[in-house]
Order: sequence, then C-alpha cells, then structure tokens
Amino acid sequence: MEKLLNELSSECKAAYEINCDMETDVSIPDHLKRKSDLGLPNAAENDLLRHFTNLSRKNYALSTAFYPLGSCTMKYNPLINERIAKFESFNMAHPYQPAETMQGILEIMHGLERDLCEVSGMDAFSLQPAAGAHGEFAGLLIIAAHFKAIKEKRHKIIVPDSAHGTNPASAAFAGYETIPLKSEPDGSIDIEKLKEVLTKDVAAIMLTVPNTLGVFEKEIVEISKVCHENGTLLYYDGANLNALMGFARPGDLGFDVMHINLHKTFSSPHGGGGPGSGPVGVKSFLEQFLPVPRVEKKDEKYVLNYKKSKTIGSVKAFMGNFPVILRAYIYIKALGGDGLKNVSAQAVLNANYMLAKFKDKIAVPAGGRCMHEFVLSPKAANGIRTLDIAKRLLDYGYYAPTVYFPLIVEEAMMIEPTETESKETLDKFIEILNKIIFEEAVNEPQKVKDAPVNTPVARLNEVEAARKPTLKWK
Amino acid sequence: MNIPQDLKYTKTHEWVKIEGNKATIGITDFAQHEITDVVHVELPENGKNVKKAQPTAVIESVKSAFDIYSPLTGKITAVNEEALGDPGLINQDPYGKGFLFTVEFSDNNELSDLLSAEDYKQLI
Repeated sequence: MEKLLNELSSECKAAYEINCDMETDVSIPDHLKRKSDLGLPNAAENDLLRHFTNLSRKNYALSTAFYPLGSCTMKYNPLINERIAKFESFNMAHPYQPAETMQGILEIMHGLERDLCEVSGMDAFSLQPAAGAHGEFAGLLIIAAHFKAIKEKRHKIIVPDSAHGTNPASAAFAGYETIPLKSEPDGSIDIEKLKEVLTKDVAAIMLTVPNTLGVFEKEIVEISKVCHENGTLLYYDGANLNALMGFARPGDLGFDVMHINLHKTFSSPHGGGGPGSGPVGVKSFLEQFLPVPRVEKKDEKYVLNYKKSKTIGSVKAFMGNFPVILRAYIYIKALGGDGLKNVSAQAVLNANYMLAKFKDKIAVPAGGRCMHEFVLSPKAANGIRTLDIAKRLLDYGYYAPTVYFPLIVEEAMMIEPTETESKETLDKFIEILNKIIFEEAVNEPQKVKDAPVNTPVARLNEVEAARKPTLKWK
Repeated sequence: MNIPQDLKYTKTHEWVKIEGNKATIGITDFAQHEITDVVHVELPENGKNVKKAQPTAVIESVKSAFDIYSPLTGKITAVNEEALGDPGLINQDPYGKGFLFTVEFSDNNELSDLLSAEDYKQLI
C-alpha cells in the first residue's frame, strides 16, 4: 500500500519553502499569531511527484476498465468534451463578469435548456441544481410553491419502494411527509394500491421510469390520470433517462416536474462525489417558480434575469456547475436527435443481451426483459452472498456492480452496462460472473469469501470502519 | 433461528414483549441476521407519540438503512441508550440487550394484529 505523505515525511527533506520574512501592512495581534510549526509534511520533490503518480495509477476509472455500476450510468465520456472544456474562454470566465461579456456561455446555457425541453417534453428548465437529489429538492420546493399559490394545503408525497433512495430524503428535506407505496414484484405500481393512499393532501408522487428494477411503468398514463384528477402532481426522477431518449418523453407521459442528471445521461465524468448537474424542468404552469437567475434572450442579447417575483430563489451560487453543463451541450450537439435515440436503443440492447445470458441460470425478480439495466438475485452455493461475489469481481479487475439496492430484491446485484461497451466486453464479464457463481462458489468457496486478494488492500472490515472510524492520521 | 414462544411478532420482523400496558420492541433474530452487522441506530425521543406501522426508528448496517415500524400506537416511555453507543448489541442479543424502545400503548385492539411465534415462523 502507498504510504501517506506524513509517513514519507522526514526533517531533512523539503519540497516547499515558506517565506516568513514577507513584509505586510497588516499587523496581527500577538495573541493571534501562530506559535507552533505549520506541521506540513516534508518530502523531496521527486518523492512527492512519485507519491502522487503512484496514487493515480491505483485509480479505477472508465478509462481503465468496465464499470457496470447499476443506476449510475457509467458511460464513456467523450474526450472531445474535455478538450473543449479546457478552452480559456470557458474556464477563465468569472461568474461576476457582466452578462454582455459572456454571451457565448449564456447562449450555451440557453441552448441546453431548449435541448433538454426537446428531449424531455417539458416547457422550461433551470440548470442551477448541482446534482440529481438537489434537482429533486428544487422540484419539490417548486411543487410546494405551486400549492401555496393556489392556496391548497397538501403535506404528503408518495414514493414507491422501487424509486431511488434519494426521493424520500428530498421529500423530507422539503418539509413533506413521505408515504411509501409498496410496488409489485417487478417494481411497478398497482393502480388500486395507489388509490388507497392517494388522498386529497397528497401534493405529488415521485416516480422513477424505468424503475430501479429496469422496468418501464406500463400503467403510467393511467397513473397520471388518477393523480391529476386528485390534483396531485407527478415528479419524474430523471436518473434513468438513458433508457428513454427519443422513444418516450416524461412531459408527454404526464409528468409536471422532473430533473435530469446531466452527469449520467449526458456524459460528464462523475463518481467520487461530483461535480454533477441536476437541471430541474417543469411544465409551463410552474415556470414562474423556477430558480433565479433565468437565462433569457432579449433583443438578440442574452441576459440574466433575477427579477422573478414567484421564484423559489437561488438553490446554488451563480448558474450551476457550468463545466458539466458545457459537456452536456457538446454531447447533445455532437450526437444530434438521431444519435441520442440510438444511445437509448443501444443501452437497452446491451442490458437485454446481458440479461438474456443470465436469466436461465440466476434469479431475475423482474422477469426476462428490461430497459437499460437489470437486477439479479444470485443464490450461490456454500452461503456465498452477493457481497462476496462483488468482492471477487474486483480480483478479476472489474468495478463491482451496485449491490443490495434496490432494497426490494433479496441479495440484489444491479447491472447497467450502458451503450458504450462492446459485445466482447460484455461477454467477458458474463463469463467471469458465471465462473464466480457456478464454479468458484461451488468448488472453492473460501477463495470467494476471502476476496479480494489482488487489490492494493485485502477485504476491509467495513463493520469496524463504521463502528469505530479512524478519521485522522495519528 | 431463535423465535421465543412468549413474544409476539410483526410481518415487518419486529418482536413485541407485552407487560401490562407497556410493550418492549426490538428486531427478531431473523431480521438481525438479514440486516447483517448493525453500525448505527436512530431511536425516537422519549415521550414521543408514535403510530402503529409508522417508521419509528432506523437501523443501519453496512448493507443499507432500514426503517423500524412501531407495532402499536402509543407513547415512547424508554429507549435503549446503550444500543446507541454499541449498536452491535442488536446482533449479539436481539431479544435482550439489543431491544429498541418501549411503548405505552393506547389501543388494546391493535394487539390482535400481532403474530404468534408459530405464525411468525411460518412467515419466514
């Protein structure tokens, strides 16, 4: 394992020098002056360089291997995106510079909002939210503002147990009571069960389509009708939009509010905490509540409009995570409408190809067809659990799929290949997963239980790490 | 799997020990095994009013977080402070030191919805 910088540190080496004799006009009172040493680690410059290079070589990334992490859409991030994002005209722009000096940036933002409307069937978007759950939160604040404006008291949000885990959290954060709705074995909604909880105080229902089991909600039009007749709005969690582009639009299905994860469907690097981008989109009757500033076009010039009396306000400083917004725009322009449609077609084809190879051998709770992802429920021999299988996959150089989510599937293993993987890559993964479950678990169970052994560190004690975390060096 | 005869159970894998108008609640041996090692517990505040079948506590393992539903309507009269500091108790002693909270229940009719040890055994 690579040593920490502190462990490499030695008093006789230094890769930095601090000029303590610098003269300043600021007089610092004695009692506020630092008495002790800064405590920075000392390392020779070459050791420092090697330390960081060695660490970077331990990175697992899309650019090193297959990343079948269900629900996360780990697709290839086109390198042209990175090249353009490095242009100085973009990355040297400052959010405080006057709007007339960043017309190009505003044109991109305005253009992307229009493109997202086209893809989703919504009427207006704000690019401000920083990620998916943040987009949900903004969307729920918009729903709350709507009911306040029409003077209706509704304090509940229905969330099926096949929705994304962030949905109930966002609803709670926005001040709502979450009403869980038990889904059918394939994660879909039973209209009769929905009607039982659909009371007059329900503000909205949050749906993920396709749901977390990778199944399209067949009754969506009926669900939409029943909800709207009750005055309840429909929220679309756009995390799985990669399955639908060019085939179905949430706006056409009856959804009133939604977010899109630009970092998933529209290809910007993500994982490890961001940055993401979760634009929130609405139908026209809710546009007045969108976050400010809005990017508007007036007399052939783009302006930032902060003066919207009904707005929920700003949900993030400035205009959102522009570098992600920019990559999404490039992606859309590079692929065009037909290209985006092909993305979804290929994503669904790849997932179904894999599912077809597994479905006769491994339990598939949602059936033998799926959209862009699917969930397996592996029951391996000798008490081998999904966690063990996932750890063993690391030994073969794979990033493990999402495990134990969704919660409604026992020993869940959720696989999303995305459209950018070749048949050969998929075949190899299928072969290895079968080998672990049907050969190693049967003949060499201890090997699977002890995995991983080929990684920089062996299996970590996750329980001990959670119960007694060591959060600092020394 | 340990399913004590003298306790009542729910479909959502809580056990209930009735003493007078008070009920002590925890999760079953089966549930702690399925959840795997518990690493964090959130318990309701003492004195809080709770409703039957509403999420009342949260148990988190390395696998996931799970809502725990109160099997009865009433008022919380005790919570397991020790389990907050040592959540492993829920795995080691689910029916004893790993209990979660005690409810002073207000509706005796709700007791008839609870399962017997035999019924619970059938369920799992």
